[in-house]
Amino acid sequence: MSSSVTIPIAAVTPVPFARLLLRQTLAEIRIRRRIPAFSVVNLALPVVFYAFFGLPVAQRFFADGRSVGAHVLASFGAYAVGSVMVYAFGIGVANERAMRIDLLLRATPLPPAVHLLAKIVTALVYSCISLALLIGFGVLVGGVRQPPGVWLSVALRLLGGSLPFIALGFLIGYRYGSNAAPAVANLVYLPLSFASGLFMPLDQLPGFVRAIAPWLPTYHYAQLAWNALGAPTERMGISVLWLAGYTAIFLTLALRAYRREEDRKFG
Amino acid sequence: MAPVVELVAARKRFGNVEAVRGVDLTIEPGEVVAMLGPNGAGKTTSISLMLGLRQPTSGVARLFGLPPDDRRARSRCGVMLQESGVTAVLTVAEIVDLFRGYYPAPLPTERVLALAGLTDKAGIFTGRLSGGERQRLYFALAICGDPEALFLDEPSVGMDVTARRGMVETIRAFAAAGKTIVLTTHYLDEADQLARRIVVIDHGVVIADAPPLQIKARVASKRVSFSTTPPLTDELLAALPARVLERDGARVRLLSGEPERVLQILFERGVRVHELEVVGADLEEAFVSLTRGREAAS
Repeated sequence: MSSSVTIPIAAVTPVPFARLLLRQTLAEIRIRRRIPAFSVVNLALPVVFYAFFGLPVAQRFFADGRSVGAHVLASFGAYAVGSVMVYAFGIGVANERAMRIDLLLRATPLPPAVHLLAKIVTALVYSCISLALLIGFGVLVGGVRQPPGVWLSVALRLLGGSLPFIALGFLIGYRYGSNAAPAVANLVYLPLSFASGLFMPLDQLPGFVRAIAPWLPTYHYAQLAWNALGAPTERMGISVLWLAGYTAIFLTLALRAYRREEDRKFG
Repeated sequence: MAPVVELVAARKRFGNVEAVRGVDLTIEPGEVVAMLGPNGAGKTTSISLMLGLRQPTSGVARLFGLPPDDRRARSRCGVMLQESGVTAVLTVAEIVDLFRGYYPAPLPTERVLALAGLTDKAGIFTGRLSGGERQRLYFALAICGDPEALFLDEPSVGMDVTARRGMVETIRAFAAAGKTIVLTTHYLDEADQLARRIVVIDHGVVIADAPPLQIKARVASKRVSFSTTPPLTDELLAALPARVLERDGARVRLLSGEPERVLQILFERGVRVHELEVVGADLEEAFVSLTRGREAAS
């Protein structure tokens, strides 16, 4: 034990942000990996869904020559990344609040922003893994063929467009307790995905679902991926605006819930 | 050099409850201070104000001369809080290592585990620890950064005798190395064992701030009951170094810091004492005597 009492303030240099972020992210990745509910729901389930809904049509083609298999793969890719975001943050944050993990962390030199950023990077890492598993499964088992550049474009659009779902996850995580959060996440995210044509093509869904789909964030999110495969979608600018609008709404509500929590715990 | 802790006229209100009602407290580097008080006295709120975990309603809190949430100040502090948690799916060694990474010059993981008595628990998931082991883990997380100042809120809660002794020894070693230590407790003996200065808090104000010997002298810490024949006179009762709690004919119940002298005086006066009972007063009673003393003085 060293006696360090006489060190002046200026001589104490806090650990640099980049190093804190790297270490915290590695720890978050390890923590998520050890929670089976997380990896099953976010990594295995999309592949299982694709096996049921995608494989039977993997070798079919639309009238304009586009691969149905690739289209369904893009749909479940959108489902998977959105799911990582909504569940990782929704349930993860609610659990951490319930266990009062944030309390002790707040007393350490780890800035809350770095903690938050580490969670976002972790979710992006798991999104990449989920997409790799899903696309790998479609290519190897379903025999779906697309140029690598197209797959990359699908993946990048899905990662970039995931912002509203990160915000939605935080909203659920800060607004609800650890018991309610999983139920709320399912209750919100599954109907959104279903009604946006991620599980079944929209033209096979009831008329009222087709009518509300263009109002949903998941619908516009999937447009990003379908468009990368050459689908005749709405203009991308419109979908990006919709996603930005939803991000703004979710983020505003999430910040409100976050501030209330801050006041209660650290005010 | 700036003091480690400064609270200046600090007040904290939660809704209708004022948990801290104007505390002035300065803690210099190298001091070992115990904050003593009954449950709900404002000890935890005071520590939270020192660490910036709570914002004072009015008044000022500074840590190493900086706002308490400044990272340069936080980087020099190790903290153990009540009712906080850690993730259940990391092992003891992993979480200690994670927390070490938050500090610029941490202790080696093995050394931290040894100091906290957790060496044989290194590979256990934190979710599987017992209450006492968990408390030791929080202690490990507090010391892992080799901090200049340690803040320990009720550190020994839930620990068995052996674990508690080990922790007391580690805290003493830290104190001997010149570290500043601030701990809260509602056990007078724990405060006495560790601290060179005891700050007594009750109802959100500091009611005493002195070395342990002086505090103990002021806290009437034994309850003495006995009957006498004949019943004690008022004059004799007033001569005893004690506060009268109850008097029922020949039976009296007293609160005294020096029960031996009470008996000695009675024997010298030739009073016959029966049914003598001397028990340690609980802290509530001790505080009653301190608070009354303060009211009488003012």
